[in-house]
Amino acid sequence: MMRPTLNSSLYGLNRRQLLKAGGAAVLTTPFVSRAWAATTEINMLAWYGHGEPDMVAEYEAANNVKFVPKYYAGGDNMLALIAQSPPGTYDLILSDGEFVQQLNLAGYIDEMEPADYPLDDMLHEDFKQFPGHWADGKMYSMMLRGGHLGVSYNKNSVTAEEATSYECFWKPELEGKVGHFDWHLPTLGMMSLYNGNGAGLWDLDDAKWAAVQETTLGLRKQVGGFFDYGGTFNGLKNGDMQAMVGIGDWITGVLEKDGAPVASVIPKEGGIQFTESYSIGKGSEKAAEVKKFIQYMMSPVGQVKSAQMAAYPGFCVTKAGRAALIEADLAEATRSHQIDGDAQDPITLIKEGRIHYRDIPQQQGLEDWNDFWSEYKNA
Amino acid sequence: MPSSADRKLNLYALTWRLPIIFWQFIFFVGPVLFMVAMSFFLVKNYRMTEAFEFVNWSKMLSRGYFWDSYWYTVFIAGVSTLCAMCIAFPAAFALAFRASENTRRWAIFLLIIPFFTSYLVRTFSWFVILSENGVINGMLNYIGLGPYTMLNTNFGTLVGYMTLTLPLVVILQTVTMANIDKNLIEAARNLGCSAFRTIWQVIIPLSKTGLIIAAIFCFILSFGDFVAPFYLGGSQEPTLPILILDTTKSGQQWPRAAVVAIMMMGTLFAIAFTGIALAYRKKKGAK
Repeated sequence: MMRPTLNSSLYGLNRRQLLKAGGAAVLTTPFVSRAWAATTEINMLAWYGHGEPDMVAEYEAANNVKFVPKYYAGGDNMLALIAQSPPGTYDLILSDGEFVQQLNLAGYIDEMEPADYPLDDMLHEDFKQFPGHWADGKMYSMMLRGGHLGVSYNKNSVTAEEATSYECFWKPELEGKVGHFDWHLPTLGMMSLYNGNGAGLWDLDDAKWAAVQETTLGLRKQVGGFFDYGGTFNGLKNGDMQAMVGIGDWITGVLEKDGAPVASVIPKEGGIQFTESYSIGKGSEKAAEVKKFIQYMMSPVGQVKSAQMAAYPGFCVTKAGRAALIEADLAEATRSHQIDGDAQDPITLIKEGRIHYRDIPQQQGLEDWNDFWSEYKNA
Repeated sequence: MPSSADRKLNLYALTWRLPIIFWQFIFFVGPVLFMVAMSFFLVKNYRMTEAFEFVNWSKMLSRGYFWDSYWYTVFIAGVSTLCAMCIAFPAAFALAFRASENTRRWAIFLLIIPFFTSYLVRTFSWFVILSENGVINGMLNYIGLGPYTMLNTNFGTLVGYMTLTLPLVVILQTVTMANIDKNLIEAARNLGCSAFRTIWQVIIPLSKTGLIIAAIFCFILSFGDFVAPFYLGGSQEPTLPILILDTTKSGQQWPRAAVVAIMMMGTLFAIAFTGIALAYRKKKGAK
């Protein structure tokens, strides 16, 4: 029997090859070790707050990932940021519900596997196949949270009874004290509801659109300013604005927790729901990690985090999430009406048809609405 | 005919000038040309596409709200300039003619200090002072007055503009007046000029160039400022910078925003050149 010698071969390797392989292994060891420990960076495109430590720090520490958030304000802004970036720039995209369809049409997001997410546990049937989130039987976005927009007011100037109608914005005592969140979509949607357009609030023919414009212009004398998030927050906090059009609990909720005498309610004419959903960016090389994070956010722990988000609260969309919130933070669940049987329970309001999902204008372009908004600001 | 020595000198001078010429081309002329070109582009699906269409110009210039914003911006920047010049003048006068050299140096240093902090931070600090629950209304409340609405008004906008421009205007006016030959002022007084007439007929004409430059700076800064009208003026009657933001926010209409920006630049060029021409204009017969 021939014994292998170093000169001939050992398991098919000669001495030179063995030395080469050994050397390569030694030289690459530091890189292997570094790769093992390297933190995976996930580029997130989202509204402000979603990439902050209160939302992601725990997950980052447990999963050796690091979120790199890029924040936007408004769906248009989000679409533009994606359009102007190379494919695959954003791994995780948090979008307003009404813009998911456009993300999909433009090919910016990847298909998702429905079985990976707790669709059977959603609090409302609509949430399972939320408008625009599915196309041709395929799922492209997972609804994370929502919030309602209605009458936001200072309790010292507006009574709870007055706040049951958008009419309160025209209260003479509020002249110069009504603020606007500086975005046409929620305000004009509310004016459309006030005009009695109900479920057809986004589907306005010429006559209805003209009427909405007239109603809105009638509010101009009451208006004390047009604000971004910070300005809206400050205006309500320091009392310069006593009522706000175009917002809801997502801003007053933060102030309320801080002790400010403000509140938001859904008036009798109806309210608008904003919906925030996660999508996986097309071309992302970290789709698996992103999917894992979305699953985490849809878990009861993630849903509680979302409901308690420091930047602005939102309501849970899963039954398990709501139950976890009630158990973990009954005060917040009560304050935000996320209790079964509460008259202002978001799910009850949707079922009663008092909440309408935010959408884009059906018969006009966004540009027409924006043009009018500029005219309105100058009026 | 220039000698060879002159040519060498010119080459030497040119070498030193080249960096600033390059700088201007890369960071001013280039971007301006791109902005002009962009104003003819189109936006499709939130993406700019190269084109040569006049639609953005016709769209913006035919809108009433554009002209409302335009004239309001000219007006509020003009008022800001007037206010800054009037408020700054007595301070600059005192620093130039009444204060000691040492005091003037310290005063100029103190006037520079506000620029050490962010303008946005300085603007936000006014919320604490001007709001209905703020410091001023709190004090007025003690004597039974108010509360007065100061935020989200033209007054609020002007306060913001003053925060931005006043220190600079005081410095420019002070430096200009401090360089006036004091003998001329004394001569005017000795010849029987009243204090007011001395200011009007001696000091102001002698410091005309510096005063106009200060006014131009104030107008330019106010005209282009976004922060004060947005945060302290509440975006009531949007100025052109706010209109640019609105235009880009909705539909990402950068080409239309470029139209607004070009109109702004055109206006500022016209005002700056007119101002400079006035500043350096010599009276007939003057050398």
